[in-house]
Amino acid sequence: MANQVNLKINGMPVTVDEGSTILHAAKKLDIHIPTLCAHDDLCVAGNCRVCIVEQKGLRTLPASCAVPVFEGMEIETNTLKVRQARKHVLELLLSEHRQDCLSCYKNGNCELQNLSAEFKVNGSVFMDLVEDHRYTIDHYSPSIIKDDSKCVRCQRCVRTCEELQKVSALGVSGKGAEMKISTFLDRSMNEVVCTNCGQCINRCPVGALVEKDYIDQVWDAIADPKKHVVVQTAPAVRVALGEDLGLPNGEIVTGKMAAALRRLGFDSVLDTNFTADLTIMEEGTELLMRLKGALVDKNPKVTLPMATSCSPGWVKFIEHKYPELLPNLSTCKSPQQMFGALAKTYYAQKINVDPANIVSVSIMPCTAKKYEAQRPEMRSSGYQDVDYVLTTRELAIMIKQAGFDFLSLPIEHTDSFMGVGTGAAVIFGATGGVMEAALRTAYELVTGREVPFQHLDIMPVRGMEGVKEAKVLLENCVPAWSFLNGAELSVCIAHGLVNADAVMKLVRDGNPHGWHFIEIMACPGGCIGGGGQPIPTNIEIRKKRTDAIYQEDSNLPFRKSHTNPEITEIYTEFLTEGPCGHKSHELLHTHYTERVGY
Amino acid sequence: MYESKSLVKALADKYGRDSEALMPILQGIIAEHNYLSDEAMLNIAKELDLSAAHVFGTASFYSFLDHKERGKFVIRICKTISCDMKGKTQILRTIEDTLKIKNGETTSDKKFTLLETNCMGWCHKAPAMLINDIPYTELTTDKVIEIIQDYQQK
Amino acid sequence: MENKSLNRVELIFEPCEGMDATLASVFKYSNDEITSELIDSGLRGRGGAGFPTGMKWKFTSATPGDEKYVICNADEGEPGTFKDREILAKVPEKIFVGMAIAAKVIGAKEGFIYLRYEYKFMLKELQERVDLFNDMIKGYIDFKISFRIGAGAYVCGEESALFESMEGKRGEPRNKPPYPTISGFRGKPTIINNVETLAFATMIVKYGAEKFKSLGTLDSRGSKVFSVSGDLPNAGIYELELGMTLQKFVDEFSDGDAKAVQVGGASGFCVPRKKFKDTIIGFEGVPTGGSMMVFNSTRSMYNVLHNYLEFFVEESCGQCTPCRVGCQQLLKGLKAVKKGEKPESYLEDLLKLSRSMQLTAKCGLGQSVGNSFASIVENFKEEMVY
Repeated sequence: MANQVNLKINGMPVTVDEGSTILHAAKKLDIHIPTLCAHDDLCVAGNCRVCIVEQKGLRTLPASCAVPVFEGMEIETNTLKVRQARKHVLELLLSEHRQDCLSCYKNGNCELQNLSAEFKVNGSVFMDLVEDHRYTIDHYSPSIIKDDSKCVRCQRCVRTCEELQKVSALGVSGKGAEMKISTFLDRSMNEVVCTNCGQCINRCPVGALVEKDYIDQVWDAIADPKKHVVVQTAPAVRVALGEDLGLPNGEIVTGKMAAALRRLGFDSVLDTNFTADLTIMEEGTELLMRLKGALVDKNPKVTLPMATSCSPGWVKFIEHKYPELLPNLSTCKSPQQMFGALAKTYYAQKINVDPANIVSVSIMPCTAKKYEAQRPEMRSSGYQDVDYVLTTRELAIMIKQAGFDFLSLPIEHTDSFMGVGTGAAVIFGATGGVMEAALRTAYELVTGREVPFQHLDIMPVRGMEGVKEAKVLLENCVPAWSFLNGAELSVCIAHGLVNADAVMKLVRDGNPHGWHFIEIMACPGGCIGGGGQPIPTNIEIRKKRTDAIYQEDSNLPFRKSHTNPEITEIYTEFLTEGPCGHKSHELLHTHYTERVGY
Repeated sequence: MYESKSLVKALADKYGRDSEALMPILQGIIAEHNYLSDEAMLNIAKELDLSAAHVFGTASFYSFLDHKERGKFVIRICKTISCDMKGKTQILRTIEDTLKIKNGETTSDKKFTLLETNCMGWCHKAPAMLINDIPYTELTTDKVIEIIQDYQQK
Repeated sequence: MENKSLNRVELIFEPCEGMDATLASVFKYSNDEITSELIDSGLRGRGGAGFPTGMKWKFTSATPGDEKYVICNADEGEPGTFKDREILAKVPEKIFVGMAIAAKVIGAKEGFIYLRYEYKFMLKELQERVDLFNDMIKGYIDFKISFRIGAGAYVCGEESALFESMEGKRGEPRNKPPYPTISGFRGKPTIINNVETLAFATMIVKYGAEKFKSLGTLDSRGSKVFSVSGDLPNAGIYELELGMTLQKFVDEFSDGDAKAVQVGGASGFCVPRKKFKDTIIGFEGVPTGGSMMVFNSTRSMYNVLHNYLEFFVEESCGQCTPCRVGCQQLLKGLKAVKKGEKPESYLEDLLKLSRSMQLTAKCGLGQSVGNSFASIVENFKEEMVY
């Protein structure tokens, strides 16, 4: 146990671990100290100075987020001096912030707005500085809009991009009045190393970094009688959407969401889970083929370990930073893009609609998916496979715009076909989930038995540890896979690109751990912590969403991808050559591009 | 524009490739070329395995690490209080007239760039200026014309 | 309060005798003797903040760790300050020796001199002299001094910003605590002292505390090197005993027409003529890193303040709100009042803001902008408005 330190805040004694900050100690006493640049996921900055307090014996007012406690320390959080200084700090922030609050995308979910309301700040005490600066609004990225005129320079985005994602597309440039958040030479987010993961959006306290929204385009499509609008929803959306609609963190809203989508006017309410199961079939087969090629055929062209390719932020990361490792990436498209390719081929045929009239919309916990949908190679149906990608947040906005009461909606089901998914598909939303789903299917395919874990729950691959490893022994294999008899499958799971980076360094340096299969998700916690999820997201919220994902998995009748009846159906009537067959390659697999590393 | 790859490599060989080498390498480029080209910053990022935004962000913090193209001789006139009181504006105008450029500009032959800078520690001998690294103090209009003429010969 | 008459001193610029003799004379003492002597001398940091030097060395010595550093802060950027350049030019060996003594006390093997870019023209000669020194010091301890060059950023004179800069980053001040005595350059215990402080440390160890202590006042021991500039006939660098009144200073240096003296540079305080008699130069009165700028009756104090604020608007590192935005607001507001776009009463709002900046800014830069703002606006209000 850490050494204990005794101090007093507002006269009340409190004991905390040595090394704690004043802010932590205050929380323990339920004393609220307002903050702005502080974020639980990030290192201390002490930049905004909103959280200042009075410390006995000190002339200045220290930032409570940055100052460690010491024995006998005496703190006051609510003196006249503190209140006046804090108000000044907020008024200064407002003076450099373009206050178009009523028409701001973050209206109603802005931390600066909340603080201003809390302190009844007078926004016109100081002179407006916004027009004194040349500012740009960068909207060239398909995923992210960066509006410098609203930036409060808290550097949460910079810390996110560096500490959590190891990308550092965003940095700080200039000094003094010219100090701002910049990419390399202030180039557009679209032209730099940005992975579009949107973690910066998730942490921006104001409207300086927001997603590029496609809500109006989707409303237009819905209103167009000639268009058949299909919608798919990613697994992580159903455990987070409720947060933006008045429900507690991690509430499962799968049924209400289906009802809502139908009432919004989508013609078919389908499920990305279907193509998540399909991904397992394709990717699992690809893995087994690679294992055979490397271990049995000793083909030097076969690359191991194989890494997952479901997370478009991760895919762009490796394209930028480890292009030499692109052969390690599974050629499988992500579930979103598999769905898109099938919606305008298989599905269009089945319902007898001209694919030109199908508008394919996906609801994702992710902003990188917006970029992924617009990649030029994602047109294997002959059209752009996925037309519009909305985040969980955008769907919540549409539901609010439609005006119905989400909480009182009935529980409904998705349409079939391409609407059924298994528990294995649901857990794609959490770190370790793709690995677990793949193991449930691959193990059974190879051995003819279920994975040897109680209730199919492969606990070693679950959890919030940044990098996880597991080994699965393959014994008594069925004849077709007998060459794997006695082999120990070694897997690795990483989430958050900073961890992906560490894993890729090892792979580049010769894969000393002997991994065969690696799952990577760009965002901390996996998709449940995605850049398109409700704000705020932090470690506790990620845990609650994860618990909900596994709850949803255990609730479902089918929990292994290969047992999904719709999967059997599609391989019977459409992808007749089976997984990784010719048609699969045409529609469900892709290739990658080396990109500049800045 | 200039070729920077080999220079960056040579500087990295000399100063190392950890993040601490960034400043000396940036300064090494400046010593050679007077400004940091886009390509030079990218090469440094690659050589030191830093993000390009970090290299740019660091350079842009320091007033002597220009990333805009500069002439062979960069003139920096001190604009802080003592030099201001002792007639720096007149000196600035004189140079502008002599070189036919405004403050912030570079002559078309890329020989001179004219800038202002903050206190350079010659307050007792104001007004003062730097040409590249060399200080000139107690300037008068006559004196500054003479200095510029000298440099025009170089 | 005791006050001294104006007394010129020659301690710092006393010509260096042979370096070998100096080294021999200072390296005969134990670490405890050295820190005790420094504490006894009352030497306080000459960069402006005035932390007792002996205590700083003692604390750093007490921090456990095998890797420690000694850094000389030669990033003299405060407007109106230029005395460190003179010390570097004339008696750099005193600085080197001071660093070596500090290194001995804390067990540092490496020392750095962070030289501002504006003084780079001196580097060649300094390098030659430090090479000689590095050779000679080998006979005493395992220690080597090298130079690091700044790149034009006033805030890098703030010690933690200086470390950041040396580590290859933007020179943004760190949160404190921890202080450099615990975590400085590369996160290791570090002694960082101003040029002049290190030179004085050498002289104190060499001659004993008594000689230094006999000068100055109780709070401000010893002498100090002043950078004297502005409206006066003999601008330059002078070593003076601490504790004189500003009146005595002005009587000596001014041409008789001084209406104000800015003590401590742009981040210091402006003292108007009527307060010259009651203002003591020293830590008990108005502290200074050595800058004394004299303004005659013809000078517009509005222009002076305007110039200072433009300086701060550019030289703030920009990371914390009070300094980044506050400086811009002070400048813009001051101009607006002058132009009549804001009422005179707006100056009161700005004064309140400047006080909040003193309380809330992250580092000494932002905290001290309010010093010159408040002292000029309060003493020369009519000049700000009309």
